[in-house]
Parts: sequence; C-alpha cells; structure tokens
Amino acid sequence: MSAPDDDPFTPATHDFGLLTRLLGYLRPHAAAVFVSFLLIVAQAGIDLVGPYLTKVAIDRHIARGDAAGLTRVALLFLLTLIAAFVVRFLQTYIMQLTGQRIMQDMRREIFRHLQRLHVAYFDKNPVGRLMTRVTTDVDAVNELFTSGVVTVFGDLFTLLGIMAVMLALDWRLALVTFAVIPLFFLLTDWFRRGARQSFRETRKWVARINAFLQENLSGMAVVQLYRREAKNREAFAGINRKHKDANMQAIFYYAVFYPVIELLAAIATALILIYGGAQVLAGGLTLGALVAFIQYSERFWRPISDLSEKFNVLQAAMAASERIFGLLDTKPQVVSPPSALKPAQVEGRVAFEGVSFAYGEGPPVLSEIDFTVEPGQRVALVGATGAGKTSIISLLMRFYDVGRGRVSVDGRDVREWDVERLRSSMALVLQDVHLFSGTIASNIRLGSEIPIERVRAAAEAVSAHRFIERLPRGYDTEVTERGSTLSVGQKQLLSFARALAHDPRVLILDEATSSVDTETEQLIQAGLRVLMRGRTSIVIAHRLSTVQNVDLILVLHKGRIRERGTHQELLARRGMYFKLYELQYKDQELGAGAQGAAQATA
Amino acid sequence: MALPQLRRLLPGLARHRRELLLGLLALALTTALSVAGPWVLRHAIDDMTLAVTRQKLWLYAGLILTLVAVEGVFRYQMRMVLIGLSRDMEYDLRNQVFEHLTRLDARYYQKNRIGELMSRATNDMSAVRMVLGPGIMYTASTVATFVGAVAVMLLISPRLTLLALVPLLLVSWLVRHFGRKVHDRYEEVQAQLAEMNALVQENLSGARVVRAYAQETAEEQRFALANREYVARNKRLIRITGILHPGIGFLMGLGSLTVLWLGGRMVVAGEVTLGEFVAFGAYLAMLNWPMIALGWVVNLVERGEASMGRIHAILDQQPEIRDEAPLAVSAIRGEVEFRGLSFAHDGEPVLRDIELRVPAGTTVAIVGPTGCGKSTLVSLLPRLVDPPPGSVFVDGHDVRRLALATLRAAIGFVPQESFLFSATLRQNVALAEVPEARVAWAAGIAQLEKDVRDFPEGLETRVGERGITLSGGQRQRTALARALATDPRILVLDDSLSAVDTETEEDILLGLREVMRERTTFLVSHRVSTVKQADLIVVMREGRIVERGRHDELVAQGGFYADLHRRQLLEQEIETGEDAA
Repeated sequence: MSAPDDDPFTPATHDFGLLTRLLGYLRPHAAAVFVSFLLIVAQAGIDLVGPYLTKVAIDRHIARGDAAGLTRVALLFLLTLIAAFVVRFLQTYIMQLTGQRIMQDMRREIFRHLQRLHVAYFDKNPVGRLMTRVTTDVDAVNELFTSGVVTVFGDLFTLLGIMAVMLALDWRLALVTFAVIPLFFLLTDWFRRGARQSFRETRKWVARINAFLQENLSGMAVVQLYRREAKNREAFAGINRKHKDANMQAIFYYAVFYPVIELLAAIATALILIYGGAQVLAGGLTLGALVAFIQYSERFWRPISDLSEKFNVLQAAMAASERIFGLLDTKPQVVSPPSALKPAQVEGRVAFEGVSFAYGEGPPVLSEIDFTVEPGQRVALVGATGAGKTSIISLLMRFYDVGRGRVSVDGRDVREWDVERLRSSMALVLQDVHLFSGTIASNIRLGSEIPIERVRAAAEAVSAHRFIERLPRGYDTEVTERGSTLSVGQKQLLSFARALAHDPRVLILDEATSSVDTETEQLIQAGLRVLMRGRTSIVIAHRLSTVQNVDLILVLHKGRIRERGTHQELLARRGMYFKLYELQYKDQELGAGAQGAAQATA
Repeated sequence: MALPQLRRLLPGLARHRRELLLGLLALALTTALSVAGPWVLRHAIDDMTLAVTRQKLWLYAGLILTLVAVEGVFRYQMRMVLIGLSRDMEYDLRNQVFEHLTRLDARYYQKNRIGELMSRATNDMSAVRMVLGPGIMYTASTVATFVGAVAVMLLISPRLTLLALVPLLLVSWLVRHFGRKVHDRYEEVQAQLAEMNALVQENLSGARVVRAYAQETAEEQRFALANREYVARNKRLIRITGILHPGIGFLMGLGSLTVLWLGGRMVVAGEVTLGEFVAFGAYLAMLNWPMIALGWVVNLVERGEASMGRIHAILDQQPEIRDEAPLAVSAIRGEVEFRGLSFAHDGEPVLRDIELRVPAGTTVAIVGPTGCGKSTLVSLLPRLVDPPPGSVFVDGHDVRRLALATLRAAIGFVPQESFLFSATLRQNVALAEVPEARVAWAAGIAQLEKDVRDFPEGLETRVGERGITLSGGQRQRTALARALATDPRILVLDDSLSAVDTETEEDILLGLREVMRERTTFLVSHRVSTVKQADLIVVMREGRIVERGRHDELVAQGGFYADLHRRQLLEQEIETGEDAA
C-alpha cells in the first residue's frame, strides 16, 4: 500500500461535515440535479440495449432467415441510437451547466465575503493566494459536482446493468465471465496508483524545470558575468533528464495498462468461447447470446477504471472546499455595530484622543496621539518614512481599530458609526493611484451613482478635464489597472476628480512625491486648492504650498507627535520641522531644476 | 499542409531513425495481430453453427489468447519506443533552447518577458512533443489499422464495407471540425477567466480604495457581471462538447446499425456467414478509435506547428553580443578608458561625450540622480550591453575586441539587484569556480562571516525558495563576496551596498580598502559615505559628467555633490533626532 493520504477508504471525520456543507450548494438546483440523475440512469440503460438487440437479431431473425424482422430490430436499434444521443447530450448539458451555476454562486459568495473582510486580513494573505480560492479551488469543487457525484452513479448503474443482463441471459456463463472483474479492478488499481505516483514525480520535475528557468532567465546577466553558462546548461540537462525519466515511468504504466486490458478482455472472450461455446454446442445457449456476451464483456473496464478515478476527484475537491470554507468562516473584524450611527449630515470634526496602535503583535507604530481638527480646518502630517503618518489615516478610515484611546468623528467614536456611512463621508487620495479597469468616467464615479455632468464638473474643477478631453475617446477612454496609458501626474489629477465627485466632508490625502513637469505641478496645486476648499482636510504633506497653507502641522517621529503648530511657528522653533523643511521642501522654492536633485535622495 | 516549422524537426528525427523504424515495426506487428483476432472469432462462430468438438473451442480460445498476448508485447514495445522517442527529442530540443538562451544578451531579456520564454520551453515544447509522440504513433496506427481492417472487411463484403465506413469518416470530420471549435471556445472561456482573475486581483490589491469609497456593493456587481459572462461562455463550450461526444457515439452506432441491418440481411441471403458478420462488427469497432484519433491528430499538428514557430523564434535569434575575431589577450591589468562615449538606448540618448581615464589600481566613484546613466556606463565594461566601437577600452584594447571570457573573468561585477540562486551560500559565492580558500576570504571581506555563523549549516545553508530567506543587506553582501572571490582586476559595485546598514558598510569599506588598493574599482552609489574616499568622484547628470574631483574639492565647489552631502548630514540628524524625546 502507498502513502496514507492515498487511501480513499479512510476519510477523516470532518470530511463528512464538508460534504454535507458542499451538498448544500446543490439545494437551489435540486430539480436539475434530479433530472440529471434520472438521465444518467436512462443512459446506462440505453447503453445496454445494443448488444441485446444483436442477440435478438441473430437468434430470432438472422438464424431464421427473417429479413423483415431484422429491419424491425434495425429500426429499434436506430431509435436507441437517437435516444442515446439525446439523453447523453441533455445529461452532459444539464449537469455541466448546473455545475457552472453552482460555481457561480460559490464564487459570488467568496467575492462578497472578501469585500466584507477587514483590511488587516489582506496584510496577512497575499493577493495571489486569495485569488486561488476564487478560481482554482472553486474549479476543483466543480469537478466533484460535474464529473464526480452524478457520474459515479452512472458508472455503478452501467456496471450493475451489464452484470444483470448477463445474469438474465445465462447466469452460469455470467458467473464464469465475472471472474475477470476482480482482475479489472486489480489492474486499474495498480495502474491508478502507479500512474498517479509517476505523474506526481513528473509534476515535481516540471516544477523544477520551471523554477530553474525562472531563476536562470531572470539572472542571466549574472550567469554570463560569472561565465556559468556551461555549468548551468549541464545542471539544466540534469533536471531535464530527470523529467524525461519520470515521464518514461509514466509511459511504462500506460504501455502495460492497455495491452493487459486487452488481455483481460481476451480472457473473457476465451472463457465465453470455451464455456459458452460448449453450451451452444449442447443447445443450452443461443449463438446470439454468445455474441452479446462477448460484446458485454468488452464493456466492463470503462466504468471500473472511471470509478477508481473518482476517489482522486473527491479528495481534491475536499481539500479545496476546506480552504474555501476556511475563508468563508473568517469573521470580518471591522463591522458596524447594531443600531449604528448613520447621520444624514456629517460636519467633519475629527479627533484623536490618546490613541495608541500596533499592527497585530508588532511593535507600537503610534503612541499617545492627541489632536483635534475642527470642521473645515486643514492639518498636515509630516515626518520621516515610518513615523506613523499612514497609520493615522488608516485609523480614521477605520481600516484598523485602535489599540488604546479613541478616534472620533463629530464627537462620536468611529466604532459607533455605520462603517459605510463613516467612509462615504470621507474621501481618500493615495500616492499610488489605484485605477480599476474601465473608462476614465467609471474611474471617477467608481460604482456610485454620479451623473456624467458631475463627473465632468469635478474633472474641470481639478483641471483634469483638459487632458481627458485630449484622450482618444474622452471620458470613455479605457484604462487598465496599471494605467499605463496615463502619466503619473494625470493619474493624480484623476484621483482628485474622483475624490471631488464624491463630495466628502473629510478629505484624506497622501500627497505624491513623484516628479511631474512644472505645468502638471501647477495643475496639481490648483486642483488641491479646489479639493480642500470647505472640507476638513488631513494631508500627508510633501509639497511646500500645502504645509504653508494648513492650519496645523503635526510633526511625527517614531509614532509620536514631536512638534505641532503652523509653518511659521515651527520654523521659528528650529527643531525637527526645521530640518525636515530643509530636506523636503526648501528646494521646491528653487523651482523644477533643484527638484531633480531632490529626487536623487528621495 | 506544408508545415515549414515542424519540417525542421526532420533531421532530428532522422538521428532517431533506428528507434523510429523499430517502433513502426512494432506498430505494424501489433496491428497485424489485432486484425487476426476477429478472424479467429469468425472461424469459431462459423464452426459452432456447424457443430464442432470441444477441443476445437479450446484451440480457438488458446489462439485468441496467444494472439492478444503476443500483440500485447508488441503494443508495449510500440508505445515505449515511439512515445519514448518523443520524450528524447523533447529533451534534446529543450536543452538546445536553454543553451541558446544562455547566449542571448541583456537586451533580449529586456524585450522578452521571462514568463513568455518559460512558456515556450514548457507549454510549446509539450505541443511539439505531442506531434512527435502521439501524433506520429496515432497517425501510423490509423493508417495501419485502416489498411489491415479494411482489407479484411473488403474480403468479407466490399459493399458492406463501403456503406459502413461512411459514418466513420464523418466521425473524423466531426472531431476535426468540432475539435477546433472546442479549442476556440475553450480559449474564450480562458480569456474570460483571465479577465475575472484580473478583476479579483485589482479588487484585492485595491482593498483600501474599495473600502474608502464604500464600493463593496458596486464591486460585487462588477464581479457578478464578469462571473455571469464566464458562465455564459462556458455554456457555449458545453453546448458543443455536449454534442461532440454523443455525436461520435451516434455516428459509430450508425456504422454498427449498417452492419446489423445490411450485414444481417446478407447472412440471411447467404452472402456472408454468421462468423463473418460478427467479425465484421469487430473490425468496424477497431476503426472507431483511429477515426477519432485522426481528427484529433490534425488539430494536434496545427497547434504543434504554431508552437514550433514560437520555439524557432528563440533559436533563430542571433546573439548580439559575441566574440568576433577577438585579440589574443590573456592577462588584463585593469586600466579603463572611456573615449568620447555616447550611447543611446532605443533612440533615447543615455550617455553623452563621456571622457574618463581610470589608471589601473585606482578607485573611481560615480554619483548622480536616478536615470543619469551611471548603471549603463558600468554595464558597458563587461559588455552586458555593447558600447559603440572605439569608445570603451580596457588596457588600451577596445572591449569589443576582447574575448568575452577573458574580459568577464577580469571583472568582478556586483549588479544593483543582487541575484542569488536557490543553492547553498557557498555555491552562490563560488559561482565562478574559485579556489576553496578564496570563498572564506571573500566572505570575510563582505562581512558575511557573522551571519554565516548564525545559519544552521554555515556556508552550506541553502538560500532562496527552498532555503532560508536572506535580508536585502545579506543578499548584497553575498553578491559582493561572489565578485571578490573571482579575484578580479576590475571591481564594479553598481550601487550594491544600498541595503547594507551604514555601520556594516563602514566595516566592508574598511576591508575593501585593502582589496581595492591593487585593483581598479568603480563605485556607483547614492551615499556620500560610500564614495568620499575614492581617488576620483564623478558626478553625472542626464548622461553627462558634470563634476569631477576628490571629496573635499567637490564639497567646496558647492554643486550637486555638495548638496547631496548636506542633505545626507541632515537626514542623519533627523534619524538620530531622539535627543529631546
């Protein structure tokens, strides 16, 4: 026997729970599943008719010289052919389509759940892994529904049907012929194990080939610099050879399997000839029955080998569904409380009171943060990378919940708010503008119901209108996720338009550090002024004009507020802000020329 | 079908002609024996209608078993040899592709995505192998079976044969026609799957934006649309696969029907015997699979031809950087000179009028903003990129006239991105076959020793995917050790200490000072602390050298370098600005 995970007969106890939960997805499609089930039984039945008709034709008509009767049998045969075609088509179609529908439901459920999950979940689970849940794992479960559950019955019915008909024709000859059935089982089992083992081996070597290529092709410069070409060719040939050897092993199983299948069928034929032939001679069996026996015995192995394959499908589906349910069972940690706050009007007063915060079990990233922003006021957050600026933004939007202290909007703790209401009263503009595949317009309005006039008005107000108009299809120009068609500056303006179109009470902005040409820079400045007008604004500032024009600057250092005040006050203090100013902003006064120099150190 | 791409495999196939002939011989014997099977059955049944002895039944049974057993041996041979042959050729071809890839230069790898190249060495390779293996085997088998079975069938009854074959030929047409459609629709399904994946990917990577703009529900709707389209396309696919398989069954059934009806009538009329009637049915059944295979193989060959074309696109690519009548120079001292060097990349000027002479054994540092051309300048030295003729000289020879092996052996180049292989640390350091003692020495200078002591198996610890993960600094120091271990005459550090913390960097530089004394060294860096000891510091802007001199001179000049120096001092102050807290 092979490895324990190969053993299909000892499913872990929790498999039963998984299976019932999986079957729950069948419920909305119960009718289709039932019809499909009936069809597969019918199909198994129809498949049995052919050899029997041959028997009837030989015994009743051919042997007796009854040509007219033969035509009737032929017509009957034609009918079964048509019936088989229709039934098989319907069965495949209904079952496959039902499978697709179930998968559709499942994917929708997973995606919906992913939308409800807290941001912290995405820190821990890489995007690639989550995508596997929605695609590969769902497909594995699909296999269970479409080629697993229902066809198992089909195979069983076919096998039992053949045996039943044979027993009815001549039970003694049938029992003699059945002698080969265990051999079929043994052979397919041997083949399945062997082939699976060697496939596992080939997959392993395919993965090695891929890994080797990936590594060597991306590091080809190093390979060449250190004159490693010959050595690595040798190494590659080694892996390549192992891959070939593993495949030869797989070929071996196939090369043995098919001849032995034929040999088993020949044994059945030989048994039928010897035992059945003797009976024919003795008059105990008709020739037609003998021929039908030979034809039936040739049909044994297909359902048998199919059946043994099903266990693999089942196991793969179980593993996949376990992962899917694991995801679905993850509770969203940031949720609206019952009877959540959902005010019609939001004023936009923001306050942090003794806030401390850490990501998971990590070191504290914010300690004792205290500040208040009155409606319409502007606050700039400055500080070196890792000072905690982004974390402040994340807490305000309730991407995460505070460790200690409290974050409030309009005097009420953000945790009392309806999450959607809270966030829709704010707009977030990040440095890296995230574009969704769609048009310019759809990227401004996102999924919100914003009329095109307001989209245009917003774009005009932040000076994005001009470049949009110049695009081949204006607001209907397609953009992709990476947004390669747009420059960095254009993407900035687009994200301003997006924020403005959503008309937030609180604007949260992480200014871009990236360089843009002077003209775009001026557009961005102008856009920013429009954007901030009349709103509470919290800005991670990288631009001189921003820090000069805010009501309050908070200087963060290692998670604490080190200095606070206006630009002039802080400059006069000649503390940390003064140095930051020298480093980050001073050159901006000198114009674009010095800006290039600033990037060198950024 | 001309198949110009696959045709180029013929010389390779000719080299394997012994196996090919052997396999085809086994195939012919297999077919002959399998054709003989039903013939025995025919006699057995005919004898039964006339009443025979039981001994004769035993004889027939034994004969059938023997035939099938012997046939099985040949069938085994046939598959092992013919499919094995395709694996052999795949093996050769894949080695050839990789070998060729090792000759192609950096520019090729910039233009071609790695994923694409990998797909050619794997997926396309498989498609070609399918032509060479199952393609050849099933074509030959179809022809042989067709000839054998149809010959015997014609012997039984020409009329019945012709009538029974009509639906079978339709099977081939069906498989070919629908097979292509299935392929097309399958591609459509895959395209939508990719679309849906992209949507999920952008949704998940934009999780913050989605939440910030409360777009969860809207995103669900967007996904639902893509999801629905995916199901719709699957439905289109299912509609034809749903017809294809039952359709094949139906057509084959029509063949059997013809035999049953017409053949039966012929038995009644005494034109054929009952045994011949049964055998005829068996022969017809033998043709089922070859007919399916025929349609399938045609599609296989079509795909193989396209794949072969993509593989040849790699093999036909001439390596642009290669030895062309190199000078007989074996030892290099390390004097480097750039003479009136201007260099453009895809029409964009990257370097302009570079004049720089670096005497053997001196250290030159290059600083400047991102994109100023520093990396390009140093990458011309080991000819990662070829400079224009007569612009870059080593020991007075144009680098283009030096043998690549000689030139590169003399240069220890540490690239910006430190690239490590998933192998042991030792293998990574000793990439260029260096003496044992030099590995330890190099690891020492690169300050790798302390880290190595903490690793479970010291220098034998595996790094990368199946080993430990190194920090950026550790990776860079490994790459540095790798370069030092080759004992190069010219050492090039292309901003390769950027992830090393300043303290360790100082230790490294201290150790390096000794090493650099006897070698020509190029230091590309952003950090003033790294370059200030250099014999010459060169500042580049937009492809030109704009400042040159020693540290003190440049600071006094008050240009770009002086500004950089001032900023880094400030940064340091802010970083250590804990004092008041």
